[in-house]
Amino acid sequence: MGLLEGFAITMRQHRLFGGKRITNEYSGGRSRDEHDQKEAKPERLHGRHVLNRYEDGMEKCIGCELCAGVCPAKCIYVRGKDNDPENPTSPGERFGFVYEINYLRCIHCDLCVEACPTEAITESKLFEFSFTNRTDAIYTKTELVVGDDGKPKQMPWEDWREGDDLHTSAWMRATAPSGSAEFEGQVGWSGELGYGTRTPEPAQPERDAQAKTVKAIQR
Amino acid sequence: MFALDPLLIDNVTWGDFGVVAVKVGVSFVVLLVATMFMVWFERKVIAGMQNRIGPNKAGPFGLLQTLADGTKLFFKEDLLPEKADRFVFRLAPFLAFVPAFLAFCIIPVGGDFTDGNNGRVRLFGHDTLLQLADPPIGMLLGLALSSIAVYGIMLAGWSSGSKYPLLGSVRASAQMVSYEAALGLSVATVFLLAGTMSTNGIVVGQESLRNWNIVATGVVPFIIFLLAATAELNRPPFDLVEAEQELVGGFNTEYSSIRFALFFLAEFMNTMTMSAIIVTLFLGGPQPISVGDWTLEVPLGPFTGTFWFLLKVLIFLYVYIWFRATLPRLRYDQLMDLGWKLLIPVALAWFMALAGLKVAQDAGWSGGAQAIGMVVGAVILIGCFGLLRLAVRASSRGRAEEGAMF
Repeated sequence: MGLLEGFAITMRQHRLFGGKRITNEYSGGRSRDEHDQKEAKPERLHGRHVLNRYEDGMEKCIGCELCAGVCPAKCIYVRGKDNDPENPTSPGERFGFVYEINYLRCIHCDLCVEACPTEAITESKLFEFSFTNRTDAIYTKTELVVGDDGKPKQMPWEDWREGDDLHTSAWMRATAPSGSAEFEGQVGWSGELGYGTRTPEPAQPERDAQAKTVKAIQR
Repeated sequence: MFALDPLLIDNVTWGDFGVVAVKVGVSFVVLLVATMFMVWFERKVIAGMQNRIGPNKAGPFGLLQTLADGTKLFFKEDLLPEKADRFVFRLAPFLAFVPAFLAFCIIPVGGDFTDGNNGRVRLFGHDTLLQLADPPIGMLLGLALSSIAVYGIMLAGWSSGSKYPLLGSVRASAQMVSYEAALGLSVATVFLLAGTMSTNGIVVGQESLRNWNIVATGVVPFIIFLLAATAELNRPPFDLVEAEQELVGGFNTEYSSIRFALFFLAEFMNTMTMSAIIVTLFLGGPQPISVGDWTLEVPLGPFTGTFWFLLKVLIFLYVYIWFRATLPRLRYDQLMDLGWKLLIPVALAWFMALAGLKVAQDAGWSGGAQAIGMVVGAVILIGCFGLLRLAVRASSRGRAEEGAMF
């Protein structure tokens, strides 16, 4: 009897009858109790952006507006300005004078990160930030540029967890440049304030060996 | 004569009215709260069946999730589509909601059925039944109200002035009208055995397990009623009315805010009412499980009846959720085939067989004569069913030649 078998299958899924729950608890950061635990986020997760600085404290952004041009959601607004020769904000001629990202529009596609010629804009692992008005939704340079310790600024409505602020520029090192295996392990990026030059990702075979196997439902 | 409730026979005083008012208030509140928990229960159980967690944030075990959802719905913007028929669009949710409430008033939710008490309890010094009303037409009122609920759904879809809701409501009316017949025929077998339509009377007649109508009518009317009731409630696998994959949201696509909440509430309330009706009709309502002289005792004093009633209703609520988690939605033609070509003929045949048996018993036939009569009747009915199958097959062949898909 196929029909009754089907009923038995759904019944068996109850934990009482040995079914497994594969959904994780999610608290949304509302209460800091034992339920309030988060899974480690994937290396290449696209979260809210940060604007990086060089190790000497100079901003990486040169105000070229490539990110604004490539943005499919048109959520980035950039204005460049000539550097003050006495007291430059960024190495080179120009710097990002105005930099705004509207998170009501951003789709976290990471195209801005790929377009950026100086690795100025990268994405952190933070995706839980629920602002309550439109002004808060527009992040300006004040919120986006990393602090003097190289860590991202943490807004009150953002749910940062221990260690989240360490992984702000994974994409840079995630893929070998041009996708060629020859570049694996080669450092092709500049240093960051607070972190120095980040170490390259392990090579593909090593990463595959480390990878957590997909949790299979046991019956 | 209009109310069999002992409370309202002779000398109706203000105290009697007070008891009725208390019963109205209590049943209103209890039904609303129970609906709230039913939504929670359904979400939790179906989550368990789908390897999920279900609501667990609002309140302990997520119990207050429905309250949170309801509050959200109340504060949402209430949209009225431009092409909608304004009056009917506003009326439709209430046409679905009010019958859902009213239908529950005929359900005996407890009471003392031992020693010929017939469900009477003392309440504030008055003899009364633990049900809001016990009209002599009893179950017919329930059937009538469940039919009125069709209007709510039909008018909601029609007045939206939009295509998907209209399709949903066309489906609803066709589905509910066709399953109403099977529903009525299976209830008729219960009436036949109980000899009354009053719900209290039906429960009183089921004092031992052997007399429970599920056994007394043979299991078939019970199964037919369960299937037809699921279709009548528009619950999966018969939820073609709001088939998300085909019709966006079905009849309630254009509804938002509190009006949508009313439909939602009515749907779950109907599920509970229908479970309660099944329990009342077939499983003895508040009657305890007893075989012969032996009764399964529950030391709850005056709440024993209510305990049994709730336990039985919970089983059916669970079964409905189980259906939803297990069965895929039927195709429209399969739905109609099941209703018209299987449930209605079987229900009709079973009803006629039981009626024949009843007549034979009343006429004083001997056991042997009854058996022979049953065999002859069964042969005739099976012959009729064979003829029906032949006719159905001939017509479907005819349609296939014309190029129809189904």
